[in-house]
Amino acid sequence: MSDVTRPAPRQEDVGRAGRFLFRAGIGLLVLWVLVPIWFLFVNALSAPSEVTSFPKRLWPSFDMASLQFFWNFQGVTRALWNSVKVAVLTMILSIGMGAPAGYALSRFDFPGKEFFRVLVIMTRAFPLPLLALPLAVMFIRTGLDDTVLGLALVHAMLALPFAVLITYSLFSGIPVELEEAAWTLGCTRFQAFVKVVLPLALPGIAASAVFAFVISWNEVFAAAVLTIENRTLTAFLLQSLNVSPLPLKFAGGAALVLPALIFIFAVRKYLFAMWGIANR
Amino acid sequence: MPRALPYLLLLPASLFLLVFFFYPFGLVIVESLTRGGEWTTENFSRMTGHWKFSSAFWNTIWLTAIVVPVQLVMALTMASVVQKLKTGRSGLLYIFAIPLGISDLAAGLIWLAIFEQSGFLNSILHAMGVVDQPRLFLGYQSIWVIFLAVCLAEIWRATAIMMVIIVAGMGLIPKEYNEAAEVFGATRWQRFTKVTLPLLRPSLQTALILRILMAFEVFAVVVALGGTTLPVLMGETFQWQFQLQDRGVAAAYAMVILGLSVAFSLVVLRLLHVPKGARI
Repeated sequence: MSDVTRPAPRQEDVGRAGRFLFRAGIGLLVLWVLVPIWFLFVNALSAPSEVTSFPKRLWPSFDMASLQFFWNFQGVTRALWNSVKVAVLTMILSIGMGAPAGYALSRFDFPGKEFFRVLVIMTRAFPLPLLALPLAVMFIRTGLDDTVLGLALVHAMLALPFAVLITYSLFSGIPVELEEAAWTLGCTRFQAFVKVVLPLALPGIAASAVFAFVISWNEVFAAAVLTIENRTLTAFLLQSLNVSPLPLKFAGGAALVLPALIFIFAVRKYLFAMWGIANR
Repeated sequence: MPRALPYLLLLPASLFLLVFFFYPFGLVIVESLTRGGEWTTENFSRMTGHWKFSSAFWNTIWLTAIVVPVQLVMALTMASVVQKLKTGRSGLLYIFAIPLGISDLAAGLIWLAIFEQSGFLNSILHAMGVVDQPRLFLGYQSIWVIFLAVCLAEIWRATAIMMVIIVAGMGLIPKEYNEAAEVFGATRWQRFTKVTLPLLRPSLQTALILRILMAFEVFAVVVALGGTTLPVLMGETFQWQFQLQDRGVAAAYAMVILGLSVAFSLVVLRLLHVPKGARI
């Protein structure tokens, strides 16, 4: 009897099973990304005694003692402030130099253009953080060692290729005709740029500036090599890894992650457009 | 004036590249080949003579060899899944892209929260009744667990960057190619391997080069999870520069990382070469 009542799997059943597997797969991938971050925040939002206790709960107790401990720890606020200063300087330097270059690449045809473009792309085939080693010596000679500006210059070198390529694509996406129309109406090249091109490009430029900020905020190796007194947060955490207690590490990790989460959210629309062109 | 304008716009970025890219790389080459002002290969013989060199070298290579292929498959899966989705696409993309903004140090700390002795892995194993006492995962007795934890943290952290590049690349492939293949009866898998993958070669190039370079530079993740128990090239560079105060050997390590990076970039470029006429 039972043989009769069990129908062969129909086309739509197979489709449904496939869809279920597809959804489950998506769910697993989402969990794979989010659960580790969740664990970090559970630790950061629990009391220090809970962080070192066993077994752990999978839910934070929303006790701010860990964060307070981190905040009041010798040197933390200074390191945070240094991180912000270096990242803002990196942002200004890399966009300030990268955007004009991007504009030149998108609007002019001139001998040496291809050479410059390849040069910029080529820098990505080099492990840039290693630059910090020779620069450490150079900075001692010029008095830039252990300064916010010195580190920002190295971080700007990391961010510059991206800034050039991203602004290149941004300006290429704005029709030249708009600018030409402004010229015929009596604008100079500079006025046309400020009044026509800049407003259109500004959101994208802001996104690439945020990207430069994140590159600097997250950088560890160069920051650890080039700073001693004026440590950034990453350098501070790295240098104190083997002496600091667990709650400090996790609260510090959370302090590193949170701004990055917000920034990536802010530029999410541009992320893919930026990388699409960076392919070329 | 207009003829000089593009060069003027490129000037700041070019000067910056000269001072902070070419000059320091020249310095690092000189520094690796000199000792006390004389040309010598002693730095390299000191480096290879140190007992940690070969394990640092092979750990880095093995890490790259394991992590990068896994990430390539995961990134391609994520990108294909996102492509097929009709609703919730941008939300899912944001979640997948989150690790892009997280620094390697923070990623190391996140996985430390899971693997440390009172961490979440032990707690979960305890709740399932597998262990009754928390086990020490990240000790020097079990280097392979540290290696595994580093692999997981690296896969978790850096798949996003490949995914973003591949998603952007898939967006550039005209829909008609896939539709045509479908008309001729190609299955979904055939369309993926015969249409999408070959057309994706430029993006795969970028993604692989960027990722392999990052893998050779692995540093903070390893330090966060295993201190100096698991030596890697970048970690040894840091040790020689700081703890042992020997810049010559640090520069020699830098040359090894540089050499590996350039060699593998060339291999990837060669393997995934796209003839000029075949570009979209």
